[in-house]
Amino acid sequence: MELSGGHILVQCLKDEGVEFVFGYPGGAVLHIYDAIFHQDDVKHILVRHEQAAAHAADGYARATGKPGVVLVTSGPGATNAVTGIATAYMDSIPMVILSGQVPSPVIGSDAFQEVDTVGITRPCVKHNFLVKDVHQLAETIKKAFYIATSGRPGPVLVDIPKDITDPNIKVPYKYPKKVSLRSYNPVVHGHKGQIKRAIEVLLSAQRPIIYSGGGVVLGEGHKELIELTRLLGYPITQTLMGLGAYPAPDKQNLGMLGMHGTYEANMAMHESDVILAVGARFDDRVTGKLAEFCPYAKIIHIDVDPSSISKTVRVDIPIVGEVKYVLTQMIELIEDGKEKPSKTALASWWQLIDSWRAVNCLDYDRTSGFIKPQFVIEQLYEATQGNAFVTSDVGQHQMYAAQYYSFDKPRRWINSGGLGTMGFGLPAAIGVKLAHPDADVACVTGEASIQMCIQELSTALQYNTPVKIINLNNRYMGMVRQWQEFSYQSRYSQSYMDTLPEFVKLAEAYGHVGMRIEKPEDVRPALQEAFALKDRTVFLDFMTDRTENVYPMIEAGKGHHDMKLRVAPGTPMDRELS
Amino acid sequence: MRHIISILIENESGALSRVAGLFSARGYNIESLTVAPTEDPSLSRMTLVTRGNDNIIEQITKQLNKLIDVVRLIDLADAPHIERELMLVKIKTTMETREEVKRMTDIFRGQIIDVTPTSYVVEMTGHSSKLDAFIRGLAEDSVIEVVRSGTTGISRGEKGLHL
Ligand SMILES: Cc1cc2nc3c(=O)[nH]c(=O)nc-3n(C[C@H](O)[C@H](O)[C@H](O)COP(=O)(O)OP(=O)(O)OC[C@H]3O[C@@H](n4cnc5c(N)ncnc54)[C@H](O)[C@@H]3O)c2cc1C
Ligand SMILES: Cc1ncc(C[n+]2csc(CCOP(=O)(O)OP(=O)(O)O)c2C)c(N)n1
Ligand SMILES: [Mg+2]
Repeated sequence: MELSGGHILVQCLKDEGVEFVFGYPGGAVLHIYDAIFHQDDVKHILVRHEQAAAHAADGYARATGKPGVVLVTSGPGATNAVTGIATAYMDSIPMVILSGQVPSPVIGSDAFQEVDTVGITRPCVKHNFLVKDVHQLAETIKKAFYIATSGRPGPVLVDIPKDITDPNIKVPYKYPKKVSLRSYNPVVHGHKGQIKRAIEVLLSAQRPIIYSGGGVVLGEGHKELIELTRLLGYPITQTLMGLGAYPAPDKQNLGMLGMHGTYEANMAMHESDVILAVGARFDDRVTGKLAEFCPYAKIIHIDVDPSSISKTVRVDIPIVGEVKYVLTQMIELIEDGKEKPSKTALASWWQLIDSWRAVNCLDYDRTSGFIKPQFVIEQLYEATQGNAFVTSDVGQHQMYAAQYYSFDKPRRWINSGGLGTMGFGLPAAIGVKLAHPDADVACVTGEASIQMCIQELSTALQYNTPVKIINLNNRYMGMVRQWQEFSYQSRYSQSYMDTLPEFVKLAEAYGHVGMRIEKPEDVRPALQEAFALKDRTVFLDFMTDRTENVYPMIEAGKGHHDMKLRVAPGTPMDRELS
Repeated sequence: MRHIISILIENESGALSRVAGLFSARGYNIESLTVAPTEDPSLSRMTLVTRGNDNIIEQITKQLNKLIDVVRLIDLADAPHIERELMLVKIKTTMETREEVKRMTDIFRGQIIDVTPTSYVVEMTGHSSKLDAFIRGLAEDSVIEVVRSGTTGISRGEKGLHL
């Protein structure tokens, strides 16, 4: 079969099983768009800004585990996508970005809409390619998908000069079934000797804890994680990116750790003597002050990326491999072995943990008369029976969603953790809804974040992706204001806007339903009404308490045991451990 | 500690900038970097001299290995090895100083490869510290220009870095 580059590209996507391409046209990709016009297997979703193309593809990828695909033109198309690409990169999301480039002969001449896309994106992609010969196009696309989805996933960009997709140049097409790269062989199984050592340490622990992260979600290791955790009877805590991989309501679960983690999770980390880290990367929002991080613990770390191991925190037993396989290996060894965890040590460890739990660190004032943002999230959970896919933007609302929507399944909690990109939530929700048209999809956002990609309300109408936008409108950049309250004596420099749009009218202008909710008693009915409108995008503008802060909080430069709590705790906090 | 990292990397355009970009983005230092194609034209060999404590060197090698284009690498400083650098020095000469420069060059086993009535060009290879010593031995105002290749190296014994 002889095809032109444009048709080859579209055929590659079909052969790769791609459902959706999120994109925006322009000069350098017109040949490709013409090829798209000639078929309808691969559906093109026309966004309103290229950043949103990447976020929507990202949301689709997080919700399905399949790579998200983005198509943008050269120059401004590519630069607009960079924020979205960097967002995916920081959270290790599989994505393939196809960018148009000026024709090969004029590359380097400052041609119209020329930027060095490969150069600009190099630090925020797993890999990138510039296609120099149409004969190599199909193989390059295959490599891009392979690299994006294997090992530690990540975005891969393929830059395609316009002459490569010239409709008049046709070459034989064959999509490779497999590719291999001599320089790239990600590890799958863990080293047996290391796993044995790890199990010895794990089983002899007095105060063990499992600390799991996004790697469990990315690597589909949740079943194995649950099995191992139950087998051991140890407490478990998750990072922001790991929520849902272990069911939140489970009694062994201590919830999230880190800056806005629970009191019990952070205290248990601090006092632990053995930590099993599973697909988590010891991010600074998790560790707090490194010098005070888990002073008594031996650390076992499972990660597919060797560079995540001993990067910030020195690890005692590294295990390179995919969580799913390494955990299976561990479970088998433990089940076959004679050694079992110490029941007495565990009993007193759980006793201590329960005393931290008794602090009830996520409790909040339920009688203030204001709409508390936490309450809205709890009601959102009720209205959706905990089954919704929840995307979020960045700020206080993101933390409330993480803390109060008890995620019990993986891939339901979709947020930008590593880059913390405001503007992520709405386009991501559109991507999720396309992937799961029958599921409830909510975008938890704030009045500042939502305005960063609000134009996507138009995309939501065009493709009929009825998501519910939960705007926790505190009339502040709440997260910024909170830091200014704590660290800058409440000098609220530029953390509020004097003018906000009327979101209800704005939603209506885009063809959607808008609701403004001002009283606590209206929260529940509003949510019920909104979710009953199955085929409409609804913008719920909740006027929340302006002064609410996210607790607990570990302030910058503090350790895990040094948390700021909402209510002064009783004795458990002061308790000393030898 | 000083480390010499020797890298086999795909001979692709952009491969060098991936390595250089990694060092600048992560704040690692590069003392010197040499690169040239190998006997297999699809591969380049890079030799990179860097400094850092064990943790930093561990991260550097892991991050380099993570680059898709990097096929294999070793830290030469881990085992017995030989390192060499090439230097070309242009030296101002007068009738009175010519003999002394010639004698110095012989002592350091260099060669004079260009001669004019007022200058020599000396070629010298060796450990970087030997090249430093030669420069220090010359009269300060006599050096017109120094060109150095940066260190390259190879491990001792029959084991080699190849595919
Ligand atoms: C406002 C704000 C507040 C935040 N507060 C907190 C907080 O309180 N607590 C918190 O935890 N985070 C918080 N974060 C998020 C934080 O910045 C990091 O994004 C997050 O902690 C990283 O999660 P992770 O360690 O699970 O790593 P991820 O970024 O999810 O990385 C996954 C790790 O798993 C590895 N991996 C991937 N696939 C596999 C596989 N198949 N097998 C094995 N390993 C694999 C990867 O190599 C990587 O090391 C906050 C972010 C924002 C924006
Ligand atoms: C693109 C971008 N710019 C700036 C920031 C810094 N930032 C983090 S949270 C925040 C405020 C968010 O305000 P809002 O969306 O209203 O959420 P709230 O904290 O009030 O819930 C800002 C400005 C960011 N994360 N992303
Ligand atoms: Mg706000």
